[in-house]
Amino acid sequence: MRITVTVDGTTYLDEVEPRTLLVQYLRERLGKVGTVVGCDTSNCGACTVHLDGHSVKSCAVLAVQADGCEVTTIEGLARDGQLHPVQRAFHDNHALQCGFCTPGMIMQSIDLLAENSDPDEQAVREGIEGNLCRCTGYQNIVRAVRDAAHEMRPGAGPEAERMNEAEMGTQAGVRRS
Amino acid sequence: MTTAAEPGQEVGKGRLRKEDARLITGRTRWTDNMSLPGMLHMAMLRSPMAHARITNIDTSEARQMPGVLAVVTGADLADSQGSLPCAWPITEDMKSPDAPSMAVNQVNFAGEVVAAVVARSAAEAADALEGIDVDYDELPVVLDMAEAIKDDADLVHPDLGTNSSATWIFDSAEAGTGGSVDEAIGSAEVVVERTFRQQRLIPAFMEPRSIVVDPTGEQVTMWSATQVPHILRLMLAMTLGVPEHKVRVIAPDVGGGFGGKLQVTPEEVITFLLAQKLGRPVKYTETRSESLASAHHGRDQLQKLTVAARRDGTVTGLKVELLADMGAYLRLVTPGVPILGAFMYNAIYKIPAYHFACTNVFTTKTPTDAYRGAGRPEATFAIERMMDELANELGMDPLELREKNWIKHEEFPYTTVSTLTYDSGNYEAATARAKELFDYDGLRREQAERRQRGDSVQLGIGISTFTEMCGLAPSRVLGSLSYGAGGWEYGAIRMLPTGKVEVITGSSAHGQGHETAWSQIVADKLGVPFEDVEVLHGDTQSSPRGLDTYGSRSLTVGAMAVLSAADKVIEKAKPIAAHMMECSPDDLEFSGGKFTVRGTGTDTGIADIALAVFAAHDLPDGVEPSIDADATFDPENFSFPHGTHLCAAEVDTETGQVRLRSYVAVDDVGKVVNPLIVEGQVHGGLVQGIAQALFEEAVYDESGTLMTGTFADYLVPSAADMPSFTTDRTETPSTTNALGVKGVGEAGTIASTPAVVNAIVDAIRHKGVDDVEMPCTPMRVWQAIQSGAQSAAGPGAEPGGGMGSLDAEGGAR
Repeated sequence: MRITVTVDGTTYLDEVEPRTLLVQYLRERLGKVGTVVGCDTSNCGACTVHLDGHSVKSCAVLAVQADGCEVTTIEGLARDGQLHPVQRAFHDNHALQCGFCTPGMIMQSIDLLAENSDPDEQAVREGIEGNLCRCTGYQNIVRAVRDAAHEMRPGAGPEAERMNEAEMGTQAGVRRS
Repeated sequence: MTTAAEPGQEVGKGRLRKEDARLITGRTRWTDNMSLPGMLHMAMLRSPMAHARITNIDTSEARQMPGVLAVVTGADLADSQGSLPCAWPITEDMKSPDAPSMAVNQVNFAGEVVAAVVARSAAEAADALEGIDVDYDELPVVLDMAEAIKDDADLVHPDLGTNSSATWIFDSAEAGTGGSVDEAIGSAEVVVERTFRQQRLIPAFMEPRSIVVDPTGEQVTMWSATQVPHILRLMLAMTLGVPEHKVRVIAPDVGGGFGGKLQVTPEEVITFLLAQKLGRPVKYTETRSESLASAHHGRDQLQKLTVAARRDGTVTGLKVELLADMGAYLRLVTPGVPILGAFMYNAIYKIPAYHFACTNVFTTKTPTDAYRGAGRPEATFAIERMMDELANELGMDPLELREKNWIKHEEFPYTTVSTLTYDSGNYEAATARAKELFDYDGLRREQAERRQRGDSVQLGIGISTFTEMCGLAPSRVLGSLSYGAGGWEYGAIRMLPTGKVEVITGSSAHGQGHETAWSQIVADKLGVPFEDVEVLHGDTQSSPRGLDTYGSRSLTVGAMAVLSAADKVIEKAKPIAAHMMECSPDDLEFSGGKFTVRGTGTDTGIADIALAVFAAHDLPDGVEPSIDADATFDPENFSFPHGTHLCAAEVDTETGQVRLRSYVAVDDVGKVVNPLIVEGQVHGGLVQGIAQALFEEAVYDESGTLMTGTFADYLVPSAADMPSFTTDRTETPSTTNALGVKGVGEAGTIASTPAVVNAIVDAIRHKGVDDVEMPCTPMRVWQAIQSGAQSAAGPGAEPGGGMGSLDAEGGAR
C-alpha cells in the first residue's frame, strides 16, 4: 500500500506491506534507528514516538495507519543542536544509564507534560507507567520530568516540537550552561 | 607501585555523563541498528517442548520460500558447532553435558534452537520458520530440584546417569578457619532452622540481544550486545577452532546486561557459522519472547539454613545446605554462581563455625547463570532473613542482635570463617546514619501502636545490614576455585601530539558510565581537562586485552589498570622533561599536569612532552619516542562494600497488598569517583532487588513451558510500582586499591530483597507468619495471614504471581 508520511519534518512517499509496523517502517525503511524495539507485546514503551502530536507505541501502530500523519521521533526533537528541554533534563538529572529506554521515555514524558504542565511525583510515575526502565530505578527520571516541567512552562508538549527558529530564540532557559 | 590519584578537581565530583549526548538524541549504535552492504537476516526456530527427542525435521517447504538463502538444522551444524563453553568446573568430578548451540538429537528446555533460516529480510526469515516441520518424541520433564536428585528420578541427560552435576562443600573445621558446625548446633542454647526459596528470575535487560557477523574482511567481525567482548572472542576461537587472531569482536552501545549478557550464546555461535558459510554479513536480533525464554535466567535455589546461638544472641554456628538449579546446560559460569555465595553467608558477622554445601542440579529448564549479584544476593537474603528469625526467637530487637554479632570497626582487617579478609568497614556508622534518616525508633513506636489498636493496615520494619564481595577478582583466588581465567584487567594511555588523551580499558561498559568516570580519574592523574580524555572500550581491536565487565569489577580492577598506566606515562615522561629543562630527573615533581623543577618556577607540561615525543628531534639518549603506556592490574583482594538498608512496609491485612512507605539505603562503597553515578547505581539496584521481593518470577507450567514469556507476565516494575528512596553514604576507603574504591553495581540489589521481605514478615508476624515466599504478591501475603504460617506455593504461585493477566491454569484472564 502507498503511504505519505512526514517524519521529523521530511515527507516520504512509500510503498509498504500492510503488515509493516510503524516502528519497522521507521527503522528499516527510513533508517530512523533512534527509535528502538524492546518487546513484542507493547509493554515496554521503548518504541514510543509522537503521531500527530500524541505519544504512541510504534510497535502497536501499522505503518499504513500513519498515512497522512506527522510523526516525530527522538531524532526530530533537537533543533540545530539545541536539545529539547526534556532531553536536557534527562542529562542534567542523570535519568539514564544504558539509555535503551530513553528515547521512548523522553517521548512519553513530553506527551505527559503536554497534558499536565506541572505534574506531582505520583502523576509522573503514573504518566510513564507504560515505559519500562531496568537501570535507573525511575527516581531520576521522575526528577528529570518535573525539572523539565519547570523549564518548559509555558508552551510545553507537542507545541514545543513545532517551534520555528524565531520562537527558539525566545525560549529562554531551554539550555542551561 | 601505583599511587593514589592526587587530590584533584574531578574525582568526587558529580560530573554529568559524557555518554548521554548520543543516547538522548537517538544517535546510538545498538547492534540491531547496524546495517551492512549485502547483509542477510536470520530467524531461529525454537523447541516448544521442554524435553524431547527430535525424530525428524523437514525443511523442504522453508527452503522454497521467497528470499530464503539457507535453512539449517542441528544435523547440519553438528560437526562444526562444538560445545558451548563452561569456564567454571567447580569440582574435578563435575558432570557437564555436551552443550550444542543448535540441538541435534534432543531438546532439553523449551526455547532451545532447533533450526535457523537466513533470508534477505527479517520478515522473510520469520515467515519461513512456518515452513519447517519438526517431529518430537516427548520425554519426561524434570522440573523440581528436590525430586530430580532422588534415585528413581527421570534424567535430563540420561548418559550422565544423574541429575546432580556437582556438590561443592566448604567446612570451617576442615579448612581450619573455625570450629565444627555440628558441635555448635549440638551444644547450642537456641537453634533456628528455615528453608527459603530463591525464585527463578530473568535479567530482562531492556535491549534484546543482537548479533551481526561480517565475514567479508580478513578478520571475521562480530558485533554483539554482550558484556564480554574479550571473553567472547577467546571462546569463539576455542569453541569453533577458528584462529583467535582472525576474529574481532565489538560490543557497541549495549543496552544493559545485569549479568544476562555475561555469556557466550548459542545465537552468537550460529550467526558466526552461518555468516561464514554464506560469505555475507548476517544479523540476528532476538524478540523479547525469545529473550525471556532462552537467554539465561538467574537465582533459583532452595536454601536450608540452620543457625546455632546462645540465649544472649551470640551466634555460634551456621550451616547452609543448598540446591541450585542449573537448568538444562552449564553455560559460561553457571556452576560457580551459587558457589560465590559460599563466601557471603557469614556476611558481616563473626561466626565461629560454618558449613556450606551446595548441590547443582539439572532440570529441563532454561540454563541459569549470572544475574546482578550472582550468588551474593541469595546468601545475603538468607542470612538477613535468618537474623530476623533468630531475633524473634530470642525476643531481641533485630538490630541489636546484628550489632552483637557484627565485626566492630576497630577489628578490621578481619579474616572471616569463610577465608576472606575484609579490609575495611564501619557497620556502626552506616547503621547509625540509616536509623537517623529512617526514624527507626519513631516507626517502632507507630508499629506497636497500630498493633495494639488492631489496625487493618499493619506496619513492618525490615532490616538488611549487608556486605558483599566485589572487584572480581584476585587471579590466585579464581585459580583456587578452578575458574578458567584470571581476574586482572587491562588499561592503556595514548598521549596524542596535541595533548589530548586516549584511554583504553578492558572493561566493557553497558550503562555504567565508564567513559565519564575514567575521564575524571585520568584528568586528575595527568592534570589534563576532563574534556580532553576519550575512553575507548568494547572492541578487541582498539582494546586488545581485557576481561570485561561484571561482578562490580570495573572501577576496582579496570580503573586501577588505567591509573597504573597513567603512572607509567608520568614515569616515561620524566626523563624527557628533565632533558627538556636541563635538570636531573630527581629534581622534578609532577603535579597538575606539569613537571616542575623543585625550588624553581621552571616547568614543562605533559602536553609539551607529548609533542616533543611526537617530533622526537631531541630526546635523551636511549629513550624511545613515546610516553604511551599500558598496564595490567591484578587485585590483591576483593573489596567489601557494605551498608544498612531499612524498609518500612505497610501490609493491608484484609487484601494482602504491600505498600513500601519508606526506604532508606546508607551504603559504604568507599571513595566515590562520581556521586551522581553511584546514586544512580543504587537506585537501579534497589528496584531490581525489590522486584524480586514483590513482583518477579519465571514460572514454568507442568509441561516445562515458561508461562512468564512476555513483559505482560514477567513483571518488571514500572515507575508507578516504586517509591522514592532516601539514599546516603558513609565512607570507609578500601585499603586494597589505591583509589580506595569498592564497587557499587550490585549492592542495591543484594541488600534490598531481604529488607523488603523482613518488613513484610515483621508486619504480620503477630498473625503467626514466619515467612512469605517470594515474590510476596497480595495473594501470597493474604494467604500467609489466613493460614498463620509459612505460605506454601498455593494461590499466587501462578504466572504473574496472582497479580492478574493469567489464571492458575495458565489461561488469559
